[in-house]
Amino acid sequence: MTATAIDTERPAGPRQRPGKGRRPKYRLAPLGLAGLSIVLFAVFFVWPGSLGLIYSFTDYTGIGTYDFIGLANYEKLFGDPTFYQALTRSLLFAAFSVPLMYVMSLTVASLLVSNHAKGKSAAKVVFFFPWLISPIVAGVIWRWMFGESFGFVNYVVSTLGGDPLAWQTDPDLALMVVVMAATWGGTAFNMLIFIAALKNVPRAYYEAAEIDGANAWQRFRHITLPSIAPTSFLVVLLSSLGAMKEFAMVQALNGGGPGTSNVFLIQYIYETGFKRADIGYASAVSMILLVILLTIALLQMWVNRRRAS
Amino acid sequence: MSTLTTAAPKPRTRKARKAKELGSSIPLTAFLWLLAAVYAFPMLWFLLSSFKPGSELFQYPLSFFPEDPTVAGFEKAWDRFDFMLYFSNTLAVALTTTVLTVMASAMTGYALAKYREQRWVRIFFICILATTMLPTEVILSPTFLVIRDLGMYDSFAGLVVPSILTATGVFMFRQFFLSVPDDIVEAARIDGARETGIFFRIMLPMSRPIIMTLAIFSFQWRWNDYVWPLIVVGDERKFTLQIALRSIVGAENIDWPLLLAASVMSILPLVLIFIVFQKYVMNEDINAGLKD
Repeated sequence: MTATAIDTERPAGPRQRPGKGRRPKYRLAPLGLAGLSIVLFAVFFVWPGSLGLIYSFTDYTGIGTYDFIGLANYEKLFGDPTFYQALTRSLLFAAFSVPLMYVMSLTVASLLVSNHAKGKSAAKVVFFFPWLISPIVAGVIWRWMFGESFGFVNYVVSTLGGDPLAWQTDPDLALMVVVMAATWGGTAFNMLIFIAALKNVPRAYYEAAEIDGANAWQRFRHITLPSIAPTSFLVVLLSSLGAMKEFAMVQALNGGGPGTSNVFLIQYIYETGFKRADIGYASAVSMILLVILLTIALLQMWVNRRRAS
Repeated sequence: MSTLTTAAPKPRTRKARKAKELGSSIPLTAFLWLLAAVYAFPMLWFLLSSFKPGSELFQYPLSFFPEDPTVAGFEKAWDRFDFMLYFSNTLAVALTTTVLTVMASAMTGYALAKYREQRWVRIFFICILATTMLPTEVILSPTFLVIRDLGMYDSFAGLVVPSILTATGVFMFRQFFLSVPDDIVEAARIDGARETGIFFRIMLPMSRPIIMTLAIFSFQWRWNDYVWPLIVVGDERKFTLQIALRSIVGAENIDWPLLLAASVMSILPLVLIFIVFQKYVMNEDINAGLKD
């Protein structure tokens, strides 16, 4: 490597270097190409990530000086019922929305690759459409559908002779609306992933199973599901990470309401950090959420690896 | 198929097979379209409601189609809500970020795919993947402080620069460039091409489908993004559409005709892009395994 080659351009042709392999090493070119990303990674991931870790041990409020207070934030956190509520609500939301999202995406994808269903390309556009809608607008759409005194759903319920349901004022029903809205918005992308996987399952497997007399469910259970297992893993992993990060859609749908009963973790972090300016405490919550995300990812990788072997 | 029909245990007449096919075709098609109707309904209801006058929105019995269609909500959104301002703010941010995201992702993806023999390149790839574990949402407050200390608060740069790097974009290009044989790079080197020349003159033009797909994805992410603008922008004149819409929803008394109309207008650019570039957006082979 010559000292003059300070830019990313390399001298032409392969060069022989004593003691090195036949192939010259191109050190500066990748550095030049990835340089911008390295800087961005350092500034917008490493820096705030480290700050978050440091602040979680301080009483920083965003201005002035701060003192290290050891594990006080974490101790306060584990004794704080509002934190536990946000945590359990987030986990509950993930526990409902991830399986529902999985089942819906896989069902839709299976129908869209089936040889028997008609009008598949038009239907695909319909299912894909929610992908275009921002979380905020999706929240608006579902809030409008599930309005308590003016919403379409309660109108249908009361027309059928039932009592209007408290979609906005009952915490559990409000959570169900969030789950439905999240599934509606998330199906499109997962559906595409599943369609790609389903198309890759060799046709011969199905034909052989059909000759052996396997019915449609048996073929799905014993051929399709094992063949798309890696994709299922990916979809479940991404959906659970996404569920733990849910924020924008809820902001527009019910703002974490009624009251604070459906405040998820990100909203909790946002409100403690920005509205109460308790950055030390909010950072501690962030670190806990980070540990949860890592645990989810590692747990699922472990399950996936064990099943594969 | 011909070998299969002879091997089938129960040879059927053509008529019987056709009847059986129809027998499974009708319920499957019905099921598919029932689900499609369920997915389409919220959207349709929202769209049709935006054309109803305020009085009709809350009038029982509800009617599916507006009885007295009006564009009053849209006019209001245009005049009183400053729609054009938020729209152009969002457009500027989304376009700028998209161009930069595509460039940075292509260069980084190429570096990660073609210089893998260097250890730091492999480590940096793991770092990029790790960013999916540490999304902005998780570290909101420290990120805000970084933005503030960099002097990017309330600025256009603050909206653009932090969202340039995405793991998905880098990953898409890396996967693509991995599939390009190394022989092409070697041949170009032997012909005397420089490393940057190889990338810009040979590799980048080859990756056109990825460029298109990522550009559309990136535009959608930025257009619909809520979290970054939320923490970066405080001045109402600099709001993006999503933040502005959220301010209507967050109000004590929601102005529904305004909210519905403004929301409908906010999704139009993406619908347009989707119609024009459908084949890039719904291409499962490229999308597989990617998500913001």
